[in-house]
Amino acid sequence: MLFFVETVISGLLAGVMYSLVALGFVLIFKASGVFNFAQGVMALFAGLTLAGFLSGTVPFTHQINPALAMPPWLAILATVGVMILLAILIERLVLRHLINQEPIILFMMTLGLAYVLEGAGDLLWGSDVKVLDLGLPSGASDWLLDNYGLYVDKLEVVAAVVAAVLVAVLAIFFQRTRIGRALRAVADDHQAALSVGISLNTIWAIVWAAAGIVALVAGIMWGAKSGIQFSLSLIALKALPVLILGGFDSVPGAIVGGLIIGVGEKVAEVYLGPFVGGAIENWFAYMLALAFLLVRPEGLFGEKIIRRV
Amino acid sequence: MLYREVGQFKTSYAADQAIFPIAQDRWFVIGVLLFAFLVVPFFITPYMANAILLPFLVFGLAALGLNILTGYCGQLSLGTAAFMGVGAYSSFKLMVLFPELNLVIVFLLAGLITAAVGMVFGLPSLRIKGFYLAVATLAAQFFLVWLFYKWDWLRDYSLTGQITVPPSDFLGVPMTGSRADPAAKYLLALAMVTVLALGAKNLVRGRFGRSWMAIRDMDVAAELMGIRPLAAKLSAFGVSSFYVGVAGAMMFTLWLGAAEGGDSFGIQTSFLVLFMIIIGGLGTVLGSFLGAAFLVLMPIVLKNTMVDMLGMTTVFAKHLEYVVMGVLIIGFLILEPHGLARLWQIAKEKLRLWPFPY
Repeated sequence: MLFFVETVISGLLAGVMYSLVALGFVLIFKASGVFNFAQGVMALFAGLTLAGFLSGTVPFTHQINPALAMPPWLAILATVGVMILLAILIERLVLRHLINQEPIILFMMTLGLAYVLEGAGDLLWGSDVKVLDLGLPSGASDWLLDNYGLYVDKLEVVAAVVAAVLVAVLAIFFQRTRIGRALRAVADDHQAALSVGISLNTIWAIVWAAAGIVALVAGIMWGAKSGIQFSLSLIALKALPVLILGGFDSVPGAIVGGLIIGVGEKVAEVYLGPFVGGAIENWFAYMLALAFLLVRPEGLFGEKIIRRV
Repeated sequence: MLYREVGQFKTSYAADQAIFPIAQDRWFVIGVLLFAFLVVPFFITPYMANAILLPFLVFGLAALGLNILTGYCGQLSLGTAAFMGVGAYSSFKLMVLFPELNLVIVFLLAGLITAAVGMVFGLPSLRIKGFYLAVATLAAQFFLVWLFYKWDWLRDYSLTGQITVPPSDFLGVPMTGSRADPAAKYLLALAMVTVLALGAKNLVRGRFGRSWMAIRDMDVAAELMGIRPLAAKLSAFGVSSFYVGVAGAMMFTLWLGAAEGGDSFGIQTSFLVLFMIIIGGLGTVLGSFLGAAFLVLMPIVLKNTMVDMLGMTTVFAKHLEYVVMGVLIIGFLILEPHGLARLWQIAKEKLRLWPFPY
């Protein structure tokens, strides 16, 4: 029983990590209808940039110059700045020219963007594995281990708290601020939003910047867990089943979906894995999401697609 | 001046329905095919066959398969590579179980097996749509690759996890392994691709193709007009997987000679094929091949210019290649979202009027 509880808890916490990535997807899909495949690579890019600033790496040369090393708070701020700059560039150079294109074209654009960012990240900061040390707590929580015999990683608890804060901030941002209202208006109807004087270009830059910052948070959490390396960009593939399970355009969906996938995956790995030869974590989440989709084709919380002739 | 259709009168329905109604087009295509069949085999080198011609033919066929599903029927799929894997593994298994079987029959059977698998994974498309379906096809991608690793019987219990093509002949000519002549491999692949491409061209202008396009343009309206979505979507999945499966079988037997689950049939390959149809042009047979040619040639050209001519280090060039590739894709989408096939069409229209401006 204890083992089962431990499995579920570690599943829940792993699910939170997936949700962090899925949130970035949802933000962009909600506001611009773009299915942003580059979200995982954005997390990688943000992580690489942060690690570069922390260690004082000189871009393009991959040489470390300790004089340039920044303290963590400054490095994070600088990375946020880079992500905002990136969002503005994407809007200026790409999105602006792709208005009114079909969704599949926009999706392909993000695949191209993923390639660019991946190459650029490696060119700028080098492709070796980087350790990200921001002083986040890690290791088992002693208190839980002593009192209840449960093994829970502190870092994952921190990630859960960060995710909760992030969702709260995003909810307030979407519901209470002027920009948030404008974002929801754009998501509802581009033309109507334009006609009441909302600038699509500004909104898109803001959304991509927000997604970039969420990517940075995901990059920090995943980077602290397993180092910053190429495989970080593959977490996008982990977040996709979470997305379709929760619904592309729902922030709560991303969280609930993440939790379901996280728990399902861990439980299946422990109790089902041995019977089919293990290593099922690559596809199990997708099959689980597929099963949910067959009942609810728009995910658990997704907006119902109404089809008319 | 040369490209005029003046004076070409169509006197029968057959002439009116021809694939290439303009005589110059017809002669051009016949000329290209004659060149490919009769001239190229004489100066083919192993490098040319393995780096350019065979990859082009294999990926052209795979892109054609994906184009039937995505370009004609509007169902976005991200599992192409896994279906190529199904074709490869079933061709391997068939060749091991029935060593006497003719290679072409092996290809066709591998295609049929892939078609069956594809239709099973196509079933959710009746209920799930758009990007939800695209992500759902990733389930096929990951599940099948996992199966390639875990199901020993598929690999004939080989310990390395690889499959290696057994020696096989076609009409008395060795076709696989190191003793095969590149020209023979090339000719077999070319013949398969030519016949299948002709079949696809006819399929998409016929009853099936029309029902696929109706589903793509608006499925509710198509249903109201009496097109059965079940039949249309599943046939698109089946035909598309057949082509992709044959491409996978040819990739394994003729081109690579050995393959391993996720390495050869990973998600990167799926994306590559998807890029091909986007750059080539969605919903065109010609575009599939143009896109394949572009993406097979581009890395070679990039590598040659960056490493050999500009003297960059291999690692740096590799990273820069990613950036260039991404920029090219985005640039293409911005400048010509309908792909190379559309450029070809524009060129033909201009040629028709040339040298007069109107």
